[in-house]
Amino acid sequence: MYQIIRQILKTGIKTETPPQPDHALRVDGQQLQEKILRHIGRALAIRHVDAGSCNGCELEIHALNNAYYNIEGLGIKFVASPRHADMLLVTGPVSRHMETALKRTYDAMPEPRLVVAVGDCGCTGGIFSSANSPGGENYASCGKISNVIPVDVAIPGCPPTPVALLQGILAAVSVSTKSENT
Amino acid sequence: MKLEEFTSRFNKLPGAMPIWHGIVDVAQFRSLCEQVKHDGGKLVALWGSDESASGAGYALHVALVTAAGMLCLTLPVSAERPAYPDISDLFPGAGRMQRAVVDLLGLHATGADDQRKWLRHGSWPGNAHPLRKNFDGNSVSKTETDAYPFITVSGDGVHEIPVGPVHAGTIEPGHFRFSIIGDRVLRLEERLGYKHKGIEKRFESMTLEQGAKLAGRISGDSTVAYAWAYAQAVESVTATAPPPRALALRAVLLELERIHNHLGDLGYLGNDVALSFGFSQFWILKEDVLRLNGELFGHRYLMDRVVPGGVACDLDHRDIERMLQLFDHLEQEIRILKDIYDEHAGAQDRFLTTGRVTPDLAAQLGLTGLPGRASGQAWDMRAQFPCTPYDQLEVRMATHRNGDVAARVIVRFEEVMESLRLIRLILAELPAGALRATVTAAPEHALGIGWVEGWRGEILVALHTGKNNGIHRLHPHDPSWQNWPVLEHAIIGNIVPDFPLINKSFNLSYCGVDL
Repeated sequence: MYQIIRQILKTGIKTETPPQPDHALRVDGQQLQEKILRHIGRALAIRHVDAGSCNGCELEIHALNNAYYNIEGLGIKFVASPRHADMLLVTGPVSRHMETALKRTYDAMPEPRLVVAVGDCGCTGGIFSSANSPGGENYASCGKISNVIPVDVAIPGCPPTPVALLQGILAAVSVSTKSENT
Repeated sequence: MKLEEFTSRFNKLPGAMPIWHGIVDVAQFRSLCEQVKHDGGKLVALWGSDESASGAGYALHVALVTAAGMLCLTLPVSAERPAYPDISDLFPGAGRMQRAVVDLLGLHATGADDQRKWLRHGSWPGNAHPLRKNFDGNSVSKTETDAYPFITVSGDGVHEIPVGPVHAGTIEPGHFRFSIIGDRVLRLEERLGYKHKGIEKRFESMTLEQGAKLAGRISGDSTVAYAWAYAQAVESVTATAPPPRALALRAVLLELERIHNHLGDLGYLGNDVALSFGFSQFWILKEDVLRLNGELFGHRYLMDRVVPGGVACDLDHRDIERMLQLFDHLEQEIRILKDIYDEHAGAQDRFLTTGRVTPDLAAQLGLTGLPGRASGQAWDMRAQFPCTPYDQLEVRMATHRNGDVAARVIVRFEEVMESLRLIRLILAELPAGALRATVTAAPEHALGIGWVEGWRGEILVALHTGKNNGIHRLHPHDPSWQNWPVLEHAIIGNIVPDFPLINKSFNLSYCGVDL
């Protein structure tokens, strides 16, 4: 026990200042329900679904929980059940074998619900989609996440860094400056 | 044919690794597999290809490894009777690979026990085979009901827990069906294939140059290992020799990948036994490595830094100093944390004897890579078939015989320390010179194989070239193919709450096998 405490004290506090939300990541046409977002504030519960990624985006989502980014310190928590979640964080492309599971997870969430698409593949189908198939579909893949469920915020990157993920997640839950003025 | 004759009767493939390739008939195919098994060798990969364009029906390929190196056998298979002899009685890990070949190519293993589908769920009909050349990869079929017959256990008090495909944490999707009495697991059956997104078909529409990026995204946590294996395969078919500096830097990247993955796992293994201190500490160290990667190489996970012909990155004196500085810190911290893990009664109580795979069982089932080494299976290509620069480093293989979670933890600790040592040695004598050799166009109908010891185990990339520097067929192979079935055995007799711990101690890839 003594060794553990000594190591904790030696390590100190690593947590850094979080980035500001990046409203540019919002998807046009998916208007967030501003009033409801005011209620959620930043006490956010996220359910992650890997709908067919290469597992690269997952590595950066894991990193959000490390002491540097300390996402729980911001009041944001990953939860085990979609029933407890305000936000679905989805990596992709959506394989056709995951299409039903993703839709069911989304349907199991209480409203209002937010969806954040993570990574180049989640946003466009990425490298797994052929140029001849603009929506990114093929025999095994539904392509981008918005082909399967509505998306509020899309965070590109291969994989997006933890800072980019935070910017996107925060953008989804913070009322945009523009609407605050109206 | 005697096994010893193989290396003299068939050609060695050009390139870095000791790999021989030969075309065999049905009797030789089966006999060579039997001899490899008898001599203590193992199966690395099994895949099929459509050769109808050259009027040859199909072909079935296996990559076997013996003390001499790799033997790659190609068995021609006729279009009229698309079947070949089952080898899952010799190599149990072949079972799922053979089932995947049925789903994707329609070649059947005659005499195999398990004839159920594997990668196919309901997205394409059973009479369609995506890897046949007459199948349009961009076609979309109507989704069918996925009626998969799980094996059920019956008896008083037995019940089932279905888990997944969506799991409770940030994990890849897959389905686990536990049959249990009380808390004790009688049987686990895995169902994978949820992430199948048609990677192998996608490769066939790419040139060798384009394929490099996709190869680095088969399993994002092993991007360096896959990219290197892909580069080796391309370099083999194009007779390219990467410059010494590039080879040295590739090894630095591969060991950094091993370090950051092992550090992450050591943290999660602490977390899974309620030692969240371990998670906090190891994930600080992991983040330090990722930031160093980003700073020195321009990508936190080192994607697209290994390219056919060489590398797309470099290190100068200051970079090296920066890396060595972090390594001193890492080594000091890891030693402290190892002492804490070793002395922590609660953690050791959960680690010891949990999820045990004995060396005998591991040998019988073909457990490979890191979990294999924790169960007495002494295979590490960096030590046995060392390519440059490993041939000058005398890699110390980490092996243990207990085969439990504790052994897999110890192997990770030892391998992290060894990787630090190897990188220091490489950086001390980093050759000067070019970073990338010119890669010429590849001939058609050539076979190139890349074979790299990634952090999970051996990664294989088999490349069959097509017209105009294109890809006729590409099979990437993850060691998780062999190890997933063994996980089903590791959990037997353990309690359900220990499954996440046992699963994490193996840390197998879903996307690497779903393809």
